[in-house]
Amino acid sequence: MSSTNNYILGVYDDEDEVLHAVSEVKSKGIKIEEVYTPFPIHGLDTALGHARTRLPIAAFMFGCLGLVCAQALINYTMVFDWPMIIGGKDFFALPDWIPITFEGTVLFTAFGLVTTFCISNDLYPGKKPEILDLRITDDRFVMAINVDKNKKSAADIKKALKDSGAVEVNVK
Amino acid sequence: MAGHSHFSPANVEEHFEFSSEGKKRIIYGFIAGIVALIIGIYLLSKGESGGHEVAAAGHEAVKAGHEAANTGHEAAGHLSGGAASHQPAAEEHYDWTNRIWANVWLNAVFFTGISVIGMFFVSLQYLAKAGWSSVLKRVPEAFPKFLYVTLPILLAVFFFKGDVIFHWMHHGVTEVGSENYDKIIAGKSGYLNKTFFIARLIGFGAIWLILWNMLRKKSLEEDLVGGTEIFTKLVRIGVAFIVIFGLSSSMFAWDWVMSIDTHWFSTMFGWYMFSSWHVTGLAIITLTVLLLKDKGYMSYVNENHLHDLGKFMFAFSIFWSYVWFSQFLLIYYANFPEETIYFLERWEGHNKIYKTSEILNILFNFFFPFLVLMTRDAKRTRIFLKIACFFIISGHYIDFYQMIMPGVLGPHGGYGLVEFGMLTAFSCAFIYIVSDELTKASLVAKNHPFLPEALHHDI
Repeated sequence: MSSTNNYILGVYDDEDEVLHAVSEVKSKGIKIEEVYTPFPIHGLDTALGHARTRLPIAAFMFGCLGLVCAQALINYTMVFDWPMIIGGKDFFALPDWIPITFEGTVLFTAFGLVTTFCISNDLYPGKKPEILDLRITDDRFVMAINVDKNKKSAADIKKALKDSGAVEVNVK
Repeated sequence: MAGHSHFSPANVEEHFEFSSEGKKRIIYGFIAGIVALIIGIYLLSKGESGGHEVAAAGHEAVKAGHEAANTGHEAAGHLSGGAASHQPAAEEHYDWTNRIWANVWLNAVFFTGISVIGMFFVSLQYLAKAGWSSVLKRVPEAFPKFLYVTLPILLAVFFFKGDVIFHWMHHGVTEVGSENYDKIIAGKSGYLNKTFFIARLIGFGAIWLILWNMLRKKSLEEDLVGGTEIFTKLVRIGVAFIVIFGLSSSMFAWDWVMSIDTHWFSTMFGWYMFSSWHVTGLAIITLTVLLLKDKGYMSYVNENHLHDLGKFMFAFSIFWSYVWFSQFLLIYYANFPEETIYFLERWEGHNKIYKTSEILNILFNFFFPFLVLMTRDAKRTRIFLKIACFFIISGHYIDFYQMIMPGVLGPHGGYGLVEFGMLTAFSCAFIYIVSDELTKASLVAKNHPFLPEALHHDI
């Protein structure tokens, strides 16, 4: 994130304080962009009002795709292209194929999910990390507020952050 | 934060009241079950005089098939021939009352499993030092009381009617020179004999009950005393039970169910039956908690705890499917006649009377729970959990039916008033005894050291 002076950052030094600060700041009609923390905080997502991730739906879709692809491959090779009798069973020996179908489903789900996750989070190899404040990788909790997306003035936002217990307020 | 409860553990007790209204209803249910059972038995005794000829004709056909199997390798002949050599003695000794004893055995095994899984669940939570389950642990803790009913029934049926259920108990199968002599069964008689069977049943059953009584006593003492000392002792009882149960659940699976088809064996069977018991027990725990919540109890059990129970049911439905399928796939793939006969008998044998339940078995126990419980919202919604509980409980009754009935009754099995009445009677007895046991303690284990953690459970 380049320095645009669009962001007001409230820096907190305690996880409970930042959790309470979220509802306090929100109650003043200020829209919070995101809260950055060194570790996951229980209940923060709910407090911020973030919608739940839609990754499980993607997982289900990739699973279905994997199931179809695995079945298609086995059917093509074992039934249509080069039919073979194995163990005296039919060409279409479905029970034998269940393990492979399962593996195909899991494989597609796993790769598909990781790829979707990376794309939706704008992650790729060689990506430069965007860190608003280096201390969020250590022991500070940072609440980021985008001034452009708020109707309140910068001064009001700064005051609200101070009041909610921020140890310092920066602009970036 | 959703569901932030201000419930303070130290000063709250909640007691389940088993109203006389409720008692009456359960007793009426029990009586209705018994009446259905008696009508069913009456119809069975009437129907058998007409049914004899059919059975005899079937017997002839089976014999013919047996000969065909000896001379040629005709697929159909091989199937019925296998079924005939599988259990010839049962065919000859068939009596219409056998169906009653088979039903008693089926329900006793099924409900023994549900009861003992209550103890297993609590032990497992202590072993894992899990916090979330401490809000609802009094529910599974009450289940093993029903073992006082089912274990004596198992013992009595085995003692008086064992030869109806078990091929290996037939007269003379282990005596050299007897016309019933069976070399394979004689080879297994070191393990499968009356004395050792009864010793295992009484021995492990007694250990189960002793450990449960110890756990229950300590758990109730904790309500009065508090502290963490009792918790450590409970962990030890839980560990002891898990070790014993790991051994005994497999042995009972061989004894009570697998030895019905004495010639056949499967190394997966212990796991298979345990997984069936476990997922049914989990469904009954969930259903009990949901019903108590519907009555206004257990307000501190929120959707997060239900979510965990839902995950348990979902996971163990898949575990059951995995074990069932692994057992099936190996037998199907290797294609040894002495192994495939087990599945052929259930799929195509006996005029296909078991085929429907075999299909329902897979639908109810794998596909329906898998699809119903897949999403997060479903696991947090009571009605979806109830639907899943219904499928799992009825599905696993069918599963046990499929394990026991084809081996005991062969072509004489079926679904009728006897099955319905016996299941209703056992269910009502189970509900009555567990409800009664629930009244004897606070519904919340108020001094459980992990209770505050459980009350703030949030996932």
